[in-house]
Amino acid sequence: MKLHYKVDGGAFTSAGFAAGQVKRTLRQLGISPEIIRKISIAMYEAEMNMVLHANGGNVDVELAKDYITVVLEDQGPGIEDIDRAMEVGYSTASQKVRSMGFGAGMGLPNMKRYADELTIDTKLGVGTRVELKVFI
Amino acid sequence: MTVRELYDQCDLTLVAGEKGLDNIIEHGFVGDLLSVVMGRAQENTAWVTIQSHINIVAVATLINCACIIIAEDYEADADAISKANEENIPLLVSKQSSYEVVKQLIHLGIL
Ligand SMILES: Nc1ncnc2c1ncn2[C@@H]1O[C@H](COP(=O)(O)OP(=O)(O)OP(=O)(O)O)[C@@H](O)[C@H]1O
Ligand SMILES: [Mg+2]
Repeated sequence: MKLHYKVDGGAFTSAGFAAGQVKRTLRQLGISPEIIRKISIAMYEAEMNMVLHANGGNVDVELAKDYITVVLEDQGPGIEDIDRAMEVGYSTASQKVRSMGFGAGMGLPNMKRYADELTIDTKLGVGTRVELKVFI
Repeated sequence: MTVRELYDQCDLTLVAGEKGLDNIIEHGFVGDLLSVVMGRAQENTAWVTIQSHINIVAVATLINCACIIIAEDYEADADAISKANEENIPLLVSKQSSYEVVKQLIHLGIL
């Protein structure tokens, strides 16, 4: 099964819409709560990063018999130093979104922790592609 | 305990998510940084925060929080209220500080 979502940039109020939809679909399919939790957390973080840091992008979800993959692609600024970005606490979030509780620098660490596989391809000035995989 | 029991015993205002009042509370968590809550709070948590916008409802839904308690009498945004109603996440507001709310949770046996 394949799902596709377009995520708008700057729309904090979209509030992880795609992640919410995927969660709902997985629940209807009877996927275990533990798997749903892993994919929901990792996907929400990646989706909000696209909104906050990359002016939105596209999400493709593939649901197979024994895994779920989520690919999030944006044409944002790219990540300059991915090792640094992966560190807990590193964030370039604006003061405005920090006051809303974003910018803890925990999004990428959460993705790493909750996805079974995390692949990030990024190029400055071109964009970022995040692939999350969770085995069922 | 249930969210309803908490609501009955504390000075809280229910602003949304009434249908979730029978949710079971097993844990508590305090946090205003969304990704920290996302990564660390367990299921069936009463989450105490001073954030009041729609993303708290998104986070609470994704990690199956029992309820959200907004401290310091902050007013919940209108879209947070409608999303909490949609997702059946009780949204409660306290006039007290996060610290005072946590004291009450502990007093009620949420350790
Ligand atoms: N899709 C992206 N495009 C461009 N930069 C990104 C993207 N995703 C992450 N980054 C960069 O990596 C940093 C760390 O991301 P991470 O998700 O860990 O923290 P954050 O989004 O700043 O805060 P939090 O997720 O805790 O709210 C960001 O501040 C940003 O500089
Ligand atoms: Mg982030």
